[in-house]
Amino acid sequence: MVAELKNYIHEQYYFRLRLGVAGLVVLSLFALLAFRFYYLQILHYNHYQTLAENNRISLVPTIPNRGLILDKNGVVLAHNFFVYTLEITPAKVKNLDNTITELGQLIEVSSLDKKRFKKFREQSHSFESAPIRTHLNEIEAAKFAVNHYRFPGVEIKSRLFRHYPLGKLGSHMVGYIGRINDKDIENLKQEGVYSNYKGSDHIGKSGLEQFYEQQLHGTTGFQQVEIDADGHAVRVLSSNAPVPGDNLILSADSKLQEIAETAFGERRGAMVAINPKTGEVLTYVSQPTFNPNLFVDGIDTENWKLLNESLDKPLINRPLRGIYPPGSTFKPFVALAGLEAGKRNPPFAIQDPGFFMLPGSRHRYRDWKPSGHGMVDMQKAITVSCDTFFYGLAMELGIERLTSFVRHFGFGRKSDIDIKGEIEGLLPTPEWKMRRYKQPWYPGETVIIGIGQGYTLATPLQLAQATAILANNGVAMKPHLVTKIQNGLTGKQVFIPNIVQDRITLNPDNVEIVKRGMVDVTLPGGTAASVGANAGYSIAAKTGTAQVIGIKQNEKYNEHTINERHRDHALFIAFAPAEDPTIALAVIVENGGHGGSAAGPIARKVMDYYLLGKTPAIEPAAVAEPLPASATGTTTTSEEEFHD
Amino acid sequence: MACLFFALLLSLFVLYSASGQDFSRIYAQGVNVAVALGAMWLAANISPLNLERAARPLYILGLLLLIGVALFGTISHGARRWLNLGFMQIQPSELMRIAVPMMLAWYFASREGKPSASNFVVGSVLLAIPVALIMKQPDLGTSLLIASSGFYVLFLAGLSWRFLLIASASLLALMPVFWSLLHEYQRKRIEILFDPTQDPLGAGYHTIQAIIAIGSGGGAGKGWLNGTQTQLDFLPERTTDFIFAVFSEEFGFLGNMLLLTLFSLIIARGLVIASQAQNTFSRLLAGSITLNFFSYAFVNMGMVSGILPVVGVPLPLISYGGTSLVTLYLGFGILMSIHTHKKLVAT
Repeated sequence: MVAELKNYIHEQYYFRLRLGVAGLVVLSLFALLAFRFYYLQILHYNHYQTLAENNRISLVPTIPNRGLILDKNGVVLAHNFFVYTLEITPAKVKNLDNTITELGQLIEVSSLDKKRFKKFREQSHSFESAPIRTHLNEIEAAKFAVNHYRFPGVEIKSRLFRHYPLGKLGSHMVGYIGRINDKDIENLKQEGVYSNYKGSDHIGKSGLEQFYEQQLHGTTGFQQVEIDADGHAVRVLSSNAPVPGDNLILSADSKLQEIAETAFGERRGAMVAINPKTGEVLTYVSQPTFNPNLFVDGIDTENWKLLNESLDKPLINRPLRGIYPPGSTFKPFVALAGLEAGKRNPPFAIQDPGFFMLPGSRHRYRDWKPSGHGMVDMQKAITVSCDTFFYGLAMELGIERLTSFVRHFGFGRKSDIDIKGEIEGLLPTPEWKMRRYKQPWYPGETVIIGIGQGYTLATPLQLAQATAILANNGVAMKPHLVTKIQNGLTGKQVFIPNIVQDRITLNPDNVEIVKRGMVDVTLPGGTAASVGANAGYSIAAKTGTAQVIGIKQNEKYNEHTINERHRDHALFIAFAPAEDPTIALAVIVENGGHGGSAAGPIARKVMDYYLLGKTPAIEPAAVAEPLPASATGTTTTSEEEFHD
Repeated sequence: MACLFFALLLSLFVLYSASGQDFSRIYAQGVNVAVALGAMWLAANISPLNLERAARPLYILGLLLLIGVALFGTISHGARRWLNLGFMQIQPSELMRIAVPMMLAWYFASREGKPSASNFVVGSVLLAIPVALIMKQPDLGTSLLIASSGFYVLFLAGLSWRFLLIASASLLALMPVFWSLLHEYQRKRIEILFDPTQDPLGAGYHTIQAIIAIGSGGGAGKGWLNGTQTQLDFLPERTTDFIFAVFSEEFGFLGNMLLLTLFSLIIARGLVIASQAQNTFSRLLAGSITLNFFSYAFVNMGMVSGILPVVGVPLPLISYGGTSLVTLYLGFGILMSIHTHKKLVAT
């Protein structure tokens, strides 16, 4: 019994020893845990706190309302409205084709929509959502909302859409916005404004929308949103409201724009009208135009093809990027150069035989009037557009002096208008020719520059600007479309200052001679007498014709037999009222024929409305009058022919 | 007892938060607790003598059921753990959590005197059979914990220190051999088990989010119902295996210390009961049950806080779930019975 008890006590002793060991192990392991908790919760609290906050808080950008574009009278040219779009995030969808097919059973998805979606997919990352349908109506939106659970990765979004209520009107001026692409992102990053574009998916692509992108876009706001593990917003923690973009107020008048565009009818061409005193652009026409609304939510391939491959090239911004030989509209500037250089003083006159020959050469530079104009002084030379007079003048001035003088009028350089993409045109010099063609300059090339032919190329904007500078007696105002920028929040307007680009020192008497010659153009006996008839105000103008294809020496130009697209371009520059001009303009009608008859009437309608508020009566489309110059021409050996 | 009830109350509060303030969850857990308490009361009223008698039949029944599972068990989540008896589904491995220590305690109690080496061999075999069966289901967590509960009996029964040393040394030595035998993907899986950052969106996600939850709880916690990781769904399995992360996030380091203290007190009480028990069977059983409770608590908290690989083990008293709760309270019931019967046997 004692042994048993002793054994029992012994056994219990060992058992308790073991229990004690176990207890120690328990304690030490719990201490390990406690240390682990101390490590995580006390020592590295900040680290894990940050991680938890990053998990929880997401910054959601709030896109600002884009600024409006208004004409001078407050007519809306570009605004925004909310539409429902149905968007797919490709990365979240298992079978894209099935999803689209099933969506199509629920709401209408046209093949056009599918094509556009496909294009988007190619251009964007798979984790970005792309619209499969836009402009959903309430019923469609509701239909989808009910079936939302069937379509993971597909969502309805409410997007702010840009809309151009006047459609095609002035689309080259206003421009359009489009989806931000990789190149845009790169540019934005370079400009250091990319962070302001978080959440934005559109950006100005052309016209004013592009030039004033910074002002129009506004400042993106941010919301600190608490999100759950699936990324759904639970509540808004704090927010920083977006600042809407500024509104642009233009100097152009949509009514005037409409008159101008209507006057063009089906014809191609361009027109720019400028207030010479301020540089404000009054109308900016590029014909044909296009509907900018097509571009906003991504243009579909069919429409794109239609626009891009059209022979009429509606997408070209002609006033900025269309280059034409200025033809006879160049003459007033050559005339002024001659007067200023003292080469032609008022009593000076020539007897025009109907052609010009360089000394020592038998090559005849023909006048458009084969019989010649008789006695021609400076003023008459402009009025009747005497080629012979200007051949000689250009010759005497020499290429260097001529080009350096007219460059002051904006030829051969950018006007710095507030639209991007302007090209410089071309004012040739011997150095240029050497660089370009590795050939010396020939005197004959100077001769034809006297009448705006040869290498000389100008954009319609340059012609209008040159006319405005002349009208303003040599004071060059920087052309601009936007006159006021209105704060999107406060409505406060800031005027864009009128900037003097250049003051050309000119003898007022010389300017007067040229202007008088131009006024006579629209009077009986001038090349555009019909344009000035019954105007009620005096118009100073110059007509011009630019040759599209070279006429061979023994060939005659016949407007009626020649292919329509090979016909001459009709040019017309003018300013009015001649004594105190408030409008200066340039019109080009491509393949329009003669400047006075094809381009002049368009200018007249614009001036009538601008100066008198007169709306043109509805009339049958202008039929080109027979050319005064299409008279019989004698063909002699070695001749070149230019028309006007 | 007081500690037990405090833990119980705590569990309901944490669960309320973890389930997203879902009262039906609380209600369901309430029912579970009621059943478990009933089981505890029943167990507390069975004398250790009867328990000792029941040990063999219970163990054999458990084994049969496990074999049944292996042959006819229903498969869910890729594992064969449940046996459909027609009227109800049971998980025999849960029964074994009690039956295995009982059986081993009976075995060593029936061998008078200092157990011989052969006794330990037999004991090991008795332990290895159910462990192997459960491991095959596969249920690694449970099988390891049952193995440890059996090991506690062996240890308390007096397994020689020398053997323990040799066994653990050889286990360590064999580790590289095992490693070389594994497939590449198996190694990868084990690596992720120990280093969750290797696969942050896959297998490692649970642990990473849990560690963030714990760490961001800080000293005093974010407050009840204010845990962002919990309330915003970042934390997976937060009512069951990962409920400790919820608790940690909302009550912080202080809460964790409280919980550890609570567990320590329960374990201490269990060990005292074991040391006071009057016969070998009660003593071994009480020790094993208590230490097994510790195993669960340690493994769970260890895996949630990222110092142990993730194995599916609930946090005792706190996690949501019926069966494990019942088993746990049965264990406590047995402890109570042993405590109340210590004097009766002594005479």
